[in-house]
This record gives sequence, C-alpha cells and structure tokens, in this order.
Amino acid sequence: MDNIFTPETLKVIQNEIPLAVWDTLYVTILSTLFAFVIGLPLGVLLVVGEKDGVRPLPVWLMKTLNVIINLLRSIPFLILMVLVFPLSRLIIGTAVGTTATIVPLVVAAFPFVARLVESSLREVNPNVIEAAQSLGATPFQIITKVMIPESVPSLISNITIAITTILGYSAMSGAIGGGGLGKIAIMDGYYRFNTILMLIPVILLILIVQGFQNLGTFLATKSDKRLK
Amino acid sequence: MIRLQNICKTFDDAGGKVEALKNITLDIGDGEIYGIIGMSGAGKSTLVRCINMLERPTEGEVVIDGVEMSKLSPAELRKKRRDITMIFQGFNLLMQKNCLKNVCFPMEISGMPKDKAKTRAMELLELVGLPDKALAYPAQLSGGQQQRVAIARALATEPKVLLCDEATSALDPNTTHQILELIKDINKKTGITVVVITHQMSVVEEICTHVAILDNGEVVESGTVGSVFSSPKSNAAKRLVFPSGEDEEVSNPENEKRLRVVFNGAKAASAPLISQMAIDKGILVNIVAASTRSIGDSTYGSMLLGIPGGDEEVKAVKEYLESVANISAEEV
Repeated sequence: MDNIFTPETLKVIQNEIPLAVWDTLYVTILSTLFAFVIGLPLGVLLVVGEKDGVRPLPVWLMKTLNVIINLLRSIPFLILMVLVFPLSRLIIGTAVGTTATIVPLVVAAFPFVARLVESSLREVNPNVIEAAQSLGATPFQIITKVMIPESVPSLISNITIAITTILGYSAMSGAIGGGGLGKIAIMDGYYRFNTILMLIPVILLILIVQGFQNLGTFLATKSDKRLK
Repeated sequence: MIRLQNICKTFDDAGGKVEALKNITLDIGDGEIYGIIGMSGAGKSTLVRCINMLERPTEGEVVIDGVEMSKLSPAELRKKRRDITMIFQGFNLLMQKNCLKNVCFPMEISGMPKDKAKTRAMELLELVGLPDKALAYPAQLSGGQQQRVAIARALATEPKVLLCDEATSALDPNTTHQILELIKDINKKTGITVVVITHQMSVVEEICTHVAILDNGEVVESGTVGSVFSSPKSNAAKRLVFPSGEDEEVSNPENEKRLRVVFNGAKAASAPLISQMAIDKGILVNIVAASTRSIGDSTYGSMLLGIPGGDEEVKAVKEYLESVANISAEEV
C-alpha cells in the first residue's frame, strides 16, 4: 500500500481534490441553472405552441425549434465542446479552465432540459387546463398559474436527471481543458497510470450523483400534494 | 337568456367529417335548470362547450343576454367566461394547490386583490359546506367534497350561468343527491341559470325544470320536464324514460287506458299511494311499468299505469294522483 500512496499522490489528494470537488459542483450547478433558464421557456413553447396547444404558434417556427433542439442533442459532447470554443472565448474570455466549461455545458444541456420540461408539462391533466380556460384564464396565466405549478414535482425529478447528466458531461470536459474531478481522474489518474487518482474522483462523482439524486427525490416527493 | 340558434359542429376525423351537432336550436331562460340528456356520443359535451366557446360551432349562433359569443374578441370572451362558469365530471381542481387557493384562482386571474379574494373564497367554502377544508389539498378530499370545491370555484366570479358537464357522473347516488341539492339550493338563492349535461335520467328528474333530449347530435324533444317525460314521443326519449323498453313490450288491451305518472320529488312512497287510491276510489289500476327511485323521503321517476274502463276512470285517477304535490299525470 505504501507505494500506491506516494507523497505526490497524497499531495494531489490533499491539495487538489477539495478544490476539484468545489469546481465540479460550481460548474454543474451553474450550468444546470443556465440550461434551465433557457430550457424552461423552450419546453413551454414546445407544449403550448402546438396546433392544439394553449397558444398555437406558426408551424414553421415549431418545426425550426424542434430541428434545432434535435440537432444540438445529436452532437457528441466532446465535439460540441470544441465547436463552441469560439463562443466560450467570446463570453468568458478563454476556452480552457473551469469557468469556460460552463458555456459548452449549457449549450449541450439546454436542449435536453427543454425536452425534459416538455415531458413534465405534458403530464398536466388537459382537463384542468380546460377548466382554467373556462374560467377566463389567458394563455400566459395558464402557463404560469396552472401548467408550471401543477408540474412542479415532475419538474424537480427531471431537473435531478439534468443535473446528474450535466455532472457527467462536466467530468468528460476534463479531457480537453475543463477543470474539476474529471480533470484529475483523466489527467492525473488515467494518463499517468495512477489508479488511485483515477478512482478517488470517480468515487467522489458517484457520491455527488447519489447526493443529488436523493435530494431530488426527496424534494419531488415532498412537493407533491397529490401524495398526502 | 341563452339562445342557441342552428348550432352545427363538424369535426375533421381521420375517416372524414363527423357531424357532432346538427342544427340545434334551444332557448334557455334565466333562472332555469335546464337538462340536456343523451346517451354517450350524442354530442352533449360538445354542445355545452359551444355555450362558452371552448368549442367553436362550425355554424350557428350562441347568444347570451344579447351578446353573440362568436363575435367576441379573445379578451372579451375571457371576460365573458367569468359570467358562464363550468363544473366537470372529473372536478378538474388544481391538485398542487389547497382548496382555498383553488377557489381564489378565478378571482386571482381576474385581478381581484388577494385579501378580498380570500374573504370571498372563505364565504364560498362556507356556502358549499366545507369551511374546515380550506387548507386541505384536493387529493385529501372525497369526490363529493372535490366537486363542492369546484362549485365554490365556479361561483367565485358571481356568474349568471353555471354549466355542469356530467358533474355527478363520477359520484355515488347519495353524493349525487347531495351535490344536486346544493346546485338546486344555489339556483334558488341566486337565480343562477344552470345547464346540466347528463346521461342519467335521475339527475334530470331530480333538479331540472326543463329538458332537451339529444340523440345523435340532434335535439329530438325539448320542453318542461313534466311534459317531456310524461309523454315521450321520440324513440330516444322513450328509451330514456323506460330504458328496457317496457312500454313497448307490454301489450295494450283495448279496454285499458294508459296514464304516465311522473314523480318529481313527491313526498310519498309510490306503492302505498297506488294501493290507497284503489281503496279510496275503487279503481284497480295495473302497473304496466315503473321506474322510480326514492331519494331521502322523496320519490323520483315515472310509472306507466293501465286503467281499466273509460275516460271517467282515467280522469278520476289523474285528479287523485295530481292532488299530491310534485306528481303529474298524462294520458298516453
């Protein structure tokens, strides 16, 4: 065991891992937040803009929206990251490092989040929406006071899926200039044949995913007033 | 006053056009409880949705208090809908909001200040008999209680018309009776016009003043409940009054007259009444068919009597029965 935990390895564990955990959490949470800010309205449009939706939109617009979302979702994340380097430089000033990873993560995640929001909103009982219409609600009121509040438990479950997926992407970004736990696992562990430095970040990532998942499930269940 | 004039509604289906409503003309007077009854697929739900334009008629006019609904702008229509609210078979409450917030919802979207809305919502919950459930969520309530909350919500904007779309179809007979009593009570207190969509005869018999029978997208009969049910002329009406076709199966001997008796909440059990008549008048009537039910101490439904003898006997029986409140009789 002595030769596995070399002084160099211990140094990385003590000095770099705590910061890497913080970097990973910070990138994941901020990326999820931004992806949600863009994905939520898009998901709403995907549902309300349909032909039979609450506020039908022109067919060409809906088609374009669907094509863009599907297109972004089909590009592999590592390729997408390289493709948005210019955008990262424009927004953050650099294409490498922890903060710069937020840009490709958001670009990769918002179409995914839009689809998750879409599926959550589709779960809302159409009869309840009809009832709101019969009471004179505007399309905007139906979105903000019926569709979104009624799907909160499902939205929380889906945000949990999004956050764990984004966490996985952020680890992947370590391969080409991103920071955090993924970088240590790939750069210090895998490339240098240091099994310990590869395994510790992976175990930490597993624990973080577990934490997010448990929290998400707890909040989703707690917020659901149908379960009382 | 609601006037439906030549309403047609056609749906484009995969297999072509489906005519859901064919040339429907109805007048519903203020303060009436108007039943629209028909079998599944007769077009009842489509028709009631044409009244508040949740479904736009393909042809025809819906005029409510002189306003033609199809000519309203979207904003005007939304405002008008506060006057014509609706309750549903599935209650359709907001499941993530408590009862108080559900009742506040229509007032909130109409821009009423929050505390004013809250005060009125509490009054309404009191009116429907659920003041202690204000903070409960719909999932914690029974079906009947949820429908009461839905009624409170529908009344929040002080509507002139209440549309009930199969509002009691998901409830047991006892709860149905309580909900119908509540609607009747509200109609009496506020003079609100009520349109009741149902497939249940018992519902129409229990609360409606007027009825229209819808069959295959057409109104086949309409009028007061007494007149339509005591002498149903159309096949659809006959099917509803005697679901198993009793009055057609039973033979009609020439020396027997037929009298249809309608019990509209009469405070008398039906059997002793007929026996009592036999004793009092000495006329032995034959019960050809009967479809009555007792709700509380009141009887609803109808009965077909065969009366031996001539017009005199029929007249005597008719007078005898009609001397009891809420019973009407007509020769068929």
